[in-house]
Amino acid sequence: MARVIQVGMADLKVARTPDKLMTAGLGSCVGVCLYDRVPKLGGLAHIMLPSSQQARNNQNPAKFADSAIEMLVAEMIKAGAERNRLTAKIAGGAQMFNFAGESDIMKIGERNALAVRETLKRLEIRLVASDTGGNYGRTIVFDIETGDLAVKTIGHGERII
Amino acid sequence: MKDFGELSGLQLDALREIGNIGAGNAATALAQMVNAKIEMTVPRVSILSLTDVPELLGGADSHVVGIYLRVQGSIGANILFVLPIDNARLLVDMLMAVPSGSTRDFGEIELSALQEVGNIVAATYLNAMVMFTQLKMVPSVPGLGIDMAGAILDAILAQFGEVGDYVLVLETKFRKDRQDVVGQFFLLPEPGSLDTILSALGVSN
Repeated sequence: MARVIQVGMADLKVARTPDKLMTAGLGSCVGVCLYDRVPKLGGLAHIMLPSSQQARNNQNPAKFADSAIEMLVAEMIKAGAERNRLTAKIAGGAQMFNFAGESDIMKIGERNALAVRETLKRLEIRLVASDTGGNYGRTIVFDIETGDLAVKTIGHGERII
Repeated sequence: MKDFGELSGLQLDALREIGNIGAGNAATALAQMVNAKIEMTVPRVSILSLTDVPELLGGADSHVVGIYLRVQGSIGANILFVLPIDNARLLVDMLMAVPSGSTRDFGEIELSALQEVGNIVAATYLNAMVMFTQLKMVPSVPGLGIDMAGAILDAILAQFGEVGDYVLVLETKFRKDRQDVVGQFFLLPEPGSLDTILSALGVSN
């Protein structure tokens, strides 16, 4: 029986077909899905912040784009993935509130998405699809059998990337 | 640096008492705004780990209304007031003095009424806090979001997540004509601000 495995905020998990990985309510956070289509192995990280380098409290590597993606790659390889076959799909990085004279902090979604793209590039992982930005939340379900990433929203449609 | 996770019973009681006084004042302000009696109480104050917050709101993808304000002055803090979407409709019914179940969509007037409630609840809590601490606290204009609970929260928790892993939650109950509406009021102080508040309250140890 296929299971749907939940990944919480600032957490990451690896799973095999026929299971699915899911994370609910991504706002400024970004869901990073890595896939190796040969063994049908997938990983999902729900990152909250761009960089572990700037944080005072960086005890949880899964919270930050840079350290979470590195950790997810390591876990995928440990589970049997080939590094050079890994591809990525990402979703999230919205800006949920609008303020006059908005500070950097309020653009955290944009910064998260950028940090994820930069980290993927640094690790030479090909980004095959993305659905980021906007001002609305996303729930994502990663189907490890097909590599499809379903993106659900409230009032902004559903799509598969 | 103090985190909510390390607060003593006495410190929690102090914050809860401020919540109750704030709620009393907010009820008065609301009653004036709508010209009808609305009771407001804080039945429960708790400290939650960040990761448990979405569950409290019915799951990360449950549909909610969130009203968010930043606080600046002697301390920095974030205030978020969250209502499940159905409760927000009932609260609008109360404010607009229409029968329960009348409000379906949120137009400009409904949104502005909700924003005003967020404003009143936050300002009265802050006023109570200012009265006890003599600290300067100025709230921003409220921002409003209607979306998934997790999405509303994470934008705000993201900045808080850099320093602490716990938040203070005041369950806030509105009552008019025997109809109850419950929302959650979150206080997220910035680094060092909780120490400033506790020491100004005289309960720093």
